[in-house]
Amino acid sequence: MAKHHVTTTINGDPYEFLCEAEETLLDVLRDGLQLTGSKEGCASGDCGACSVMLDGRLVCACLVLGAEVEGREVETIESMADGEQLHPLQQKFLEHAALQCGICTPGFLVAAKALLEKNPDPTETEVRYWLAGNLCRCTGYDKIIRAVMDAAVDMRGS
Amino acid sequence: MDEMRYETPESLEDAVALLAAAKGETKILAGGTDLLVQLRAEMIEPELVVDVKRIPGMLDITEEDGGFRIGAATPSAEIDEHAGVKKLWPGVVEAAELIGSVQIQGRASIGGNLCNASPAADSVPAMIVAAAVATVVGPDGSREVPVEDIATGPGETSLAKGEIVASIFLPARPAHSGDAYLRFIPRTEMDIAVVGAGISLTLDDDGTCTDAKVCLGAVAERAILVEDGAKALIGTKVDDDALENLAAAASAAARPIDDKRGTKEFRTHVAGVLARRAAKIALDRAKGN
Repeated sequence: MAKHHVTTTINGDPYEFLCEAEETLLDVLRDGLQLTGSKEGCASGDCGACSVMLDGRLVCACLVLGAEVEGREVETIESMADGEQLHPLQQKFLEHAALQCGICTPGFLVAAKALLEKNPDPTETEVRYWLAGNLCRCTGYDKIIRAVMDAAVDMRGS
Repeated sequence: MDEMRYETPESLEDAVALLAAAKGETKILAGGTDLLVQLRAEMIEPELVVDVKRIPGMLDITEEDGGFRIGAATPSAEIDEHAGVKKLWPGVVEAAELIGSVQIQGRASIGGNLCNASPAADSVPAMIVAAAVATVVGPDGSREVPVEDIATGPGETSLAKGEIVASIFLPARPAHSGDAYLRFIPRTEMDIAVVGAGISLTLDDDGTCTDAKVCLGAVAERAILVEDGAKALIGTKVDDDALENLAAAASAAARPIDDKRGTKEFRTHVAGVLARRAAKIALDRAKGN
């Protein structure tokens, strides 16, 4: 069986890649395209470490086939900072020390950005529910929530 | 294992032809939130996966005869954001909203939830009490199937080879109608129902219940309609006595298994509790419109 030839847009840039039918978008991003910011935690959609945006929707890249993104738009953690300029969420995660090992961090950042674009002024409860699909096993949740709330204040001000 | 084929037909006819022609196991890909997990775990080794999302209508919500037709692959997030569906069938929307995380919501569909045929599927009891009808397209044309007749047991459906659920129709409803869905899980998010209960009811101008449907999830091999529960409500003002009878009927109808999520005894009791609570919410909604 020939590989699938996929033409897509990732972080605003045109991409072409070949993939097997059963390869996931996460496999393609990490192994094929060397976009290793998205992490593999559970590979079953439970942990959110591979969170990316697909046509403007927050999804787990481990639950999308690579071949599915033909003609679609993917955004990954790699598009979050503007060159050396960190996104306010990234900056606040640093300031609040909202990470320990860092494996869950890209997923939390992508998910939190999706929330703040939809709801710039969320309550703490809304943040906690929105991020329920992102697991941190270093148990840094409280700092993560504070970082997101603080980033929201910053982003509303700018 | 033979290599898996992945196809993206752009019409229902082409999708049906692909599925009907395949010799080995075939799977339909909508949101993939169950399918990709099963693939990864090698629970399934399909010869062919047919991605139906490029078929017109599969991702659309359209008004029809005062109700809504929802493309089978429409992600839950789209349904949650649809003000019209939320207003007409809030119980269906709240059930769809309970399926997984925001990430899962971005992909998981009610067509997939239905055809994956988990007895604990959250959207299914809510759709059943909404009298939802699935449009099934196959090699012999199309047929309309009540949602309660799709799943036959865990992971098993009544769909024949080559058949696809194309859309799900949520009908219009009379004035003074309300529905609700509740589930019990040991935490507040991201879990599988230990028990689920969907209720839909209609009142007349005096507040007497003229029609009701009661459906339980996760207490049998598939979601079950509880006729005696509906009878307990119809003809009453849905007062405390009626709710007590409803709870008793729901517990009596439950035939759950013991597993790590809950015991038979617990599930049987909770089926009654949730039915009563969901009925109260449905009643308030019915009074409000």
